[in-house]
Amino acid sequence: MSNELKFLSNRVARGLMDRRSFMGRAAAMGVGATAASSLISTAALAAGPIKGGTIKVGVQGGATTDSLDPATAANDTAIQVLRMWGEPLVELGQSGGLEPKVAESFSSSPDAKIWTFKIRSGISFSDGKPVTAEDVLATMKRHAGEESKSGALGIMRGIESMKAEGDNFIVELKTPNADLPYLMTDYHLIVQPDGGVNDPAGAIGTGPYILKDYEMGVRFVFEKNPNYWDSELGHASTVEVLVLNDDTARTSALQSGQVDMINRVPPRVAGLMDRLPNVDVRTTSGPGHYVFIMHCDTAPFDNKDLRLALKYAINREELVEKILFGYGSVGNDTPINGSYPYFSDDLPVHSYDPDKAAYHLKQSGFDGSVLLRTSDNSFPSAPDASALFQQSAKAAGIQLDIKREPNDGYWSEVWNQQPFCTSYWGGRPTQDQMFSTAYLSTADWNDTRFKSESFDDLLLSARAELDDVKRKEMYREMSLILMEDGGLICPMFNDFIDATSNRVAGWETSAGYDLMNSYAPMKMWVAG
Amino acid sequence: MSPLITLVAQRIALGLLLLLAVSVLIFAGTELLPGDVAASILGQSATPEALANMRRDMGLDEPAVSRYFSWLFSAIQGDLGTALTSGQEISSQIASRLGNTLFLAFWAAVIAVPLAVFLGLLAVRYEGRWPDKAISAVTLASISLPEFFIGYLLIYFVAVKLGWFPSVATIYPSMSLGEKLHAIGLPVAVLVMVVLAHMMRMTRAAILNVMQSAYIETAELKGLNQFKIIWRHAFPNAIAPVVNVVMLNLAYLIVGVVVVEVIFVYPGMGQYLVDHVSKRDVPVVQACGLIFAAVYIGLNLIADVVSIATNPRLRHPK
Amino acid sequence: MRIPTGALIGLIFTSSFFLMAIFAPLIAPYGMAEVVGGVWEPMSSKHWLGTDNIGRDLLSRMIFGGQVTIFIATAATILSFVTGSVLGFTAAVIGGWVDQALSRFVDLVMAIPTLILALVILSVMPISILMLIMVMGFLDATRVFRLSRAVAVDINVMDYVEAAKLRGEGRIWIIFREILPNALSPLIAELGLRFIFMVLFLSTLSFLGLGIQPPSADWGGMVKENKEGIVFGIGAALIPAAAIAILAISVNLVADWVLSRTTSLKGGRG
Repeated sequence: MSNELKFLSNRVARGLMDRRSFMGRAAAMGVGATAASSLISTAALAAGPIKGGTIKVGVQGGATTDSLDPATAANDTAIQVLRMWGEPLVELGQSGGLEPKVAESFSSSPDAKIWTFKIRSGISFSDGKPVTAEDVLATMKRHAGEESKSGALGIMRGIESMKAEGDNFIVELKTPNADLPYLMTDYHLIVQPDGGVNDPAGAIGTGPYILKDYEMGVRFVFEKNPNYWDSELGHASTVEVLVLNDDTARTSALQSGQVDMINRVPPRVAGLMDRLPNVDVRTTSGPGHYVFIMHCDTAPFDNKDLRLALKYAINREELVEKILFGYGSVGNDTPINGSYPYFSDDLPVHSYDPDKAAYHLKQSGFDGSVLLRTSDNSFPSAPDASALFQQSAKAAGIQLDIKREPNDGYWSEVWNQQPFCTSYWGGRPTQDQMFSTAYLSTADWNDTRFKSESFDDLLLSARAELDDVKRKEMYREMSLILMEDGGLICPMFNDFIDATSNRVAGWETSAGYDLMNSYAPMKMWVAG
Repeated sequence: MSPLITLVAQRIALGLLLLLAVSVLIFAGTELLPGDVAASILGQSATPEALANMRRDMGLDEPAVSRYFSWLFSAIQGDLGTALTSGQEISSQIASRLGNTLFLAFWAAVIAVPLAVFLGLLAVRYEGRWPDKAISAVTLASISLPEFFIGYLLIYFVAVKLGWFPSVATIYPSMSLGEKLHAIGLPVAVLVMVVLAHMMRMTRAAILNVMQSAYIETAELKGLNQFKIIWRHAFPNAIAPVVNVVMLNLAYLIVGVVVVEVIFVYPGMGQYLVDHVSKRDVPVVQACGLIFAAVYIGLNLIADVVSIATNPRLRHPK
Repeated sequence: MRIPTGALIGLIFTSSFFLMAIFAPLIAPYGMAEVVGGVWEPMSSKHWLGTDNIGRDLLSRMIFGGQVTIFIATAATILSFVTGSVLGFTAAVIGGWVDQALSRFVDLVMAIPTLILALVILSVMPISILMLIMVMGFLDATRVFRLSRAVAVDINVMDYVEAAKLRGEGRIWIIFREILPNALSPLIAELGLRFIFMVLFLSTLSFLGLGIQPPSADWGGMVKENKEGIVFGIGAALIPAAAIAILAISVNLVADWVLSRTTSLKGGRG
């Protein structure tokens, strides 16, 4: 590469030259648009963040029915908005582990039963009031209390008592839990002044931005919080979050330059988007998985052989190829994949095997057809995935009937109600949390009605186990039980597919959810 | 004209009764739908305790009949209440949404209605010849394509390739009129294409229907210009079915544009209603339903009045 | 009788669409749900129209989809027209409280957003093809009612109707021998369009997850399945869209032809 080009691209990165004239010069020197554009990105990363400017983010999921109250946040847009103005005690680190936020540090008693979070000194809410341990306590009480209608109520159940002592917020658990700090990363648990009891939807927090103007389900305008404590976060002076629910609307808004980054690029078009010169497609493998769930306590799915027959009758590779377009990985009928800390990669593999499926079908003695319920919103292209399952099962002699249910009411009427349906799990930061949420016999969201004593025992002992090797072995054992016995057919883990325009720079792969765990608008900057 | 005034008065009174009936039906309908607002808000993260707490807070534990009447009494006093989901005041939210919807519908109608009538007249003037056929084919093709398809095609060519109009048509109060008009260019174009054919074809058919009448022949014998005959003599007598179809399409522009709103991210009533239906937020669904019903009843009334006013025989019944 | 070119084209297309619908299983090279290739393969000698969003033969799906689309749309249109126009004429001829009751009932049905109505009816009732036809037909009949009533009220005060009444003809005679022939042209113009609205309504229902059950699909649903390709210039969505448009134009060409024949028939009655 010529030195002149390098020099010029650095000038662009520092904002001394505009992008258009750079592209012109590059073209004159015989460098194609794509190469020139990637030059700028490299230079921009090397030059470091530029402050100022406006970043526009197009996200999926928001509705006019949303509220700013963190307790009822339940979609991508709501999470994105929460991250802008508020912070939890701790957050998932960019490359795994934990990162302190409102809590400066945390520690536990040796038996992992009592946890102490030290509140960061000298930080204040956007209304100017300093943050105290009392505010944290009030926040946690609001989510955990008897009266709570918070989405985080479920994870707060293991807490015996909480108190504030000086700068410390102290949690005592009913049973030991080595993963408690991970629970505190839950997006509902944003620290609010007085716990947000008086004004839950006031959007007053400690985040890098302050909400200036909004219309629910349409747009949110943020301005930089001048008093924010972390200079690494929040480079643009204004961030606009636009709700773009329609897939095509979202992708074309990025293409035509109306937004700088979007989440949830449909896998089908990700490859096509990546070919555009001014757009980068960013994929992140995560814990999210597209599933078919059977109730282990309802006929005919109470028959283990029928469950196995169906597990062997699904063509996982085909689904990854045709539903995820390769943006994902094959699942193995356990909710755990490589994004979990104690993952074992040596499990036997469930793969498409019509003969085995036919064998188990015969063993089960089941003769008839199985009804699978699905809807477009259970996961993207779920009816198509069901149609593919129907075809591969047919080859094994299993007759699968599909019933498409209305999107409207699917999560209240079909999921967790009907014995066999398509569904989606976003995953959790730790194995313990994933298994306790959905596979413990007594879990609220035990959507496969899976009840196994040995599994439950392993879960409780693993939770208190501080030896990593033993803990990993226990989780391996649990995955094996689920694969063999469980009601979960997990054919694929989906990657998060985001896309950014080359007007912004600073993307780095992160753990967690899409758009760098929703921190992209704060960690990226306007490059030119 | 006094019988007309009595009729209008009668119909307005009936309209109010109809609105009451609509409110009962919509309430019963949303009650029949599976699931409730608490379950929809919490979705996949609902625990039984959180559900129970939320239902109690929203008063959902009261019987449906008493909920309906308490809603009705405040509604009669002009208080539409607050949304169960977002906790925001319904009347102010609807005011801005309805404003946006009317803004979009107004510009679409201002272009589509005169254009449809003009094309209809043109088609009659050149009946059976190429202008007639060309108008027919183009409008039919545009009406038969699904709205989202036309929308995506326009986004692809006009927004992405040419960059003339934005693909995201979100408007907000701080924009100037010019900016707003630029923003809604594409959705207006889609709506015009969708409603044009229906009105144009009805104009054409209705005028052709009266063209054989004796008085048209008289006019022709008088040697009047063909276009003048159509416009001055035939059109006024064909107005009843045309007005009815225009009315249907105006109502559609106000009530039925959800898909266009979704594609172009336009903050109108359709999206607002759909969101709240899917969350079972009954007070908001009621409020939107009543507004839509009032629009229909009002437009139907206008169509009937125009039909009567333009037909001398109906105006002076024997 | 000489058929004009336009009408002839219309007739040919319409009848070949209908024939294709009737004999779908015999013509289609592959099954409706059969996955036979990669995703969005271009047109080839093996797959004349290419493959769809999960690798099914698009031609076969078009043929089966046409069957579903045409059958449901035709049945619902007939239902809507018969119910709507008979009630509309009756209301206009009888007048008085019958007219008021019917008209205000229709106002009531029309006043409730179609979306809510369809959602409620179809979530409470089991979704079957018959139910779809009934719901679509009756919801649409309200529109036909309004139009036919408006037209019939106009005609009802014409001299020739007055004359018939003076002659002592019954209401049924008046409706079928006086009103119907004179109201035919706006109604036929409407018929062609309402048929198309049915096709589109069906696809809206699929959009809500209330329509045809997968792996089966109607044409509108197929446009939707392949829509993501549009903004990247992939044509799979264009084919079902074009099919709907061609069907629309040909049905309406036929309607226009019938229209011109009825208009000339009526010439003498004036």
